[in-house]
Amino acid sequence: MLDVTPSRTLPAAPGVGYKSRHFAGLTEAPGPVRWIEVHAENYMGAGGRPLAQLRALSERFPVSVHGVGLSIGGERALDRDHLARLRHLMDWLDPASFSEHLAWSTHDTGFLNDLLPLPYTEATLTRVAAHIDQVQTTLGRRMLLENPSTYLAFEESDMDEVGFLAELARRTGCGLLLDVNNVFVSATNQNWDPRAYIDAFPLDAVGEIHLGGHDEDEDEHGAPLLIDSHGRAVVNPVWTLYAHTIARGGPRPTLIEWDTDVPDWPTLRAEAERAATILETVEA
Amino acid sequence: MTDQRSFGSALLDPEMPPPPGLTDPQGRPAGRRFDIYRNNVAASLTEALATGFPVIAKLLGEDFFKAMAGIFLRAHPPGDPRLQLWGGKFPGFLARFEPVAHLPYLPDMARLELGLRQSYHAADTARLPIAHRDPAEVLAIKPRLAPATLILASRFPILTIWRKNMGHPDLTIDWTPETVLITRPDFDPVPQLLPEGGTTLARHLKGRLTLAQAVTATQTLEPDADAAALLTLFLSAGALTLDTTLSEGT
Repeated sequence: MLDVTPSRTLPAAPGVGYKSRHFAGLTEAPGPVRWIEVHAENYMGAGGRPLAQLRALSERFPVSVHGVGLSIGGERALDRDHLARLRHLMDWLDPASFSEHLAWSTHDTGFLNDLLPLPYTEATLTRVAAHIDQVQTTLGRRMLLENPSTYLAFEESDMDEVGFLAELARRTGCGLLLDVNNVFVSATNQNWDPRAYIDAFPLDAVGEIHLGGHDEDEDEHGAPLLIDSHGRAVVNPVWTLYAHTIARGGPRPTLIEWDTDVPDWPTLRAEAERAATILETVEA
Repeated sequence: MTDQRSFGSALLDPEMPPPPGLTDPQGRPAGRRFDIYRNNVAASLTEALATGFPVIAKLLGEDFFKAMAGIFLRAHPPGDPRLQLWGGKFPGFLARFEPVAHLPYLPDMARLELGLRQSYHAADTARLPIAHRDPAEVLAIKPRLAPATLILASRFPILTIWRKNMGHPDLTIDWTPETVLITRPDFDPVPQLLPEGGTTLARHLKGRLTLAQAVTATQTLEPDADAAALLTLFLSAGALTLDTTLSEGT
């Protein structure tokens, strides 16, 4: 009998960040889209449409669960209740992948709903590695950690971001989620060379790639300041950097993220088609 | 060293300077660069509040809502990352917020919008198995209110105001109290007017009585209510369930 169950791993093909308005397009005309990603926190209700839709989609597509609220870089202990909710969702869905961000988002008064930056020091490394261990132990699976978009630097940082992420992966055994748009945004904002960043990156540890759009601004000195907005198409320099990444590291599951000013399905699918075209140029 | 407590406090207070130790690539203090994070926090939480309370946002207008949201989100940021459940303190905030004192129905409107959201995310349950059954059998059932069923009593015509702002602008408002029954027959919560006695019937149904006992008790306490009609309303709206444990889901 033909096995129609979605694979337990993400295919090295395009995926999209799932939006309910794309349910019909995704199920009726997926084009090259072979998997979907959802934000964990949106599926932490008790029931209703979100979970029913996710269950239905998971029968068609491998699903990546992407957390945005775990505050894995936080100075305070991880929120055990949130971790338990995450465990519950993972047990219920058994997704193909789980990923979170190298960032923090908690304050004395509550949840700040942004991905806030960290100094790259040994102290941060020790703390984040312990949190990753805790997450991987609680969930009983390997996680992927995503490189951030950053807008400022910490005087106290004494490691570069790639070295920091590589060491985290080495210490914890976690995989990495390489957001190529974040590389371009951070490199512009921090005066790094984005291609050198990719060339130094431990691509063997990369389990997934993200592509998304950003906004352009400038700081008070007139320096360019790019803002990770996920609100428009991927720009050409990011596509070029992506092609360079997979030429060097091989094809990877590649997500198109478009979270604000969400376009119609054909527009989003066209971005996935562009990723598919680039993926096809590279031997697995 | 820049600790996260001072980083977070400065994010929430636009009057505070950015914490020391944060720079641009040239080592100059991060002024506008810090403001990007400030803006992300305020804008994303304001948007979440507007998404969760669309009628409040519409009644107050974009600029006013945004300014007010800025005050609310700093006083009562989400307790955890489930933004779909954020806003439990919004009705109380509105009741104390002087600039909206002339709109005394706003707290109840916030409760209604919160209730619709809670119903949307509530656990799934099976409806009462009443089709093709003998009425006497049905009346012997001991149901409970489904988790997606909520009741909101207001001193204001809260449902009419809600409907007027949700695509029915021609409705005329008669300033009398309204009680709203929210149920979720399928996946979309449906608010409707709950006639007199409905709250009493719901209270009895929560007390693990049979349908017959609950109807009788309601009729005794509220002789003017039509308890049989109320029961029909509860049954047709899918307000009741037999489930004692919640179904699959998170």
